[in-house]
Amino acid sequence: MSDSHVNTADSAESATSSPKRPRMSGVGRVLVAVYAVLALAATGRSFLQIATKYDEAPLAYTLSALAAVVYIVATIALIRQGRVWYRVAWATLAFEFTGVLVVGVLSVLDPELFPHDTVWSWFGRGYVFIPLVLPALGMWWLAKHRPDASAATSGDLTRTDAA
Amino acid sequence: MIEWFMWVQLAVAVAAGLLCIVLGFAGRPPSDLSNGSLVLVELLLIVQVVVSIAAPAFGNLPTGNALEFGVYLFAALLVPPAAIFWALLDRSRWSTVVLGVGALAVAVMLYRMFQIWTVQSA
Repeated sequence: MSDSHVNTADSAESATSSPKRPRMSGVGRVLVAVYAVLALAATGRSFLQIATKYDEAPLAYTLSALAAVVYIVATIALIRQGRVWYRVAWATLAFEFTGVLVVGVLSVLDPELFPHDTVWSWFGRGYVFIPLVLPALGMWWLAKHRPDASAATSGDLTRTDAA
Repeated sequence: MIEWFMWVQLAVAVAAGLLCIVLGFAGRPPSDLSNGSLVLVELLLIVQVVVSIAAPAFGNLPTGNALEFGVYLFAALLVPPAAIFWALLDRSRWSTVVLGVGALAVAVMLYRMFQIWTVQSA
């Protein structure tokens, strides 16, 4: 019982300490963290593939490298504020979602096409389907947090600052 | 890679991950306990680096690709410091959850490293 007392004090404190919030606040930060881990995983794997066996499947491994770069850009775009980064975030997430769907379907229908693993083969099965789920979650998050809303709050802030 | 050490390390990483996620969802900002658990995960990773470099000299060779193993180990080493850095910058409850996500990511990478070291036939 005495523990729950401490708990309420804690959560009340964290709830009130949010006068100005960047786009990726709250649970969104966990999303960014998972994105960063995925970007790290994709980069590591594609570095390895290109360093050791690029000749075996240049197309698949170039795709892996491209996916890795896009994951890095998406991670940055999710953190940064402003209209341009918001567009970049949309573009990279849409690219990833398209990529995982197209390569996923192709790898299931015609495994010959992708004999070597990419991040997106079998809808990202090698990565616990995170590549499939994450862009969808990210786009849902972006749709809920338009820059207009954050622009309005920062506008409010400047107005209060001026006043 | 020494098998029992890997399992201890994996258990610590999973425990740290679950602990931080529970603390985070309970609304706790990053504390000495949650940050400390990630420091422990990192220290064990550094021990793993030493073990992995020394093991081949004692006849304990990786069955899989040594470079792939090294890339995983290098990437895993980056995760706890990044999570702790994040937790120091942003003292919200979600940073505690991020610490947990980092620890679980290390756990997955460790298991993958174990597979590369032991069970690959090719």
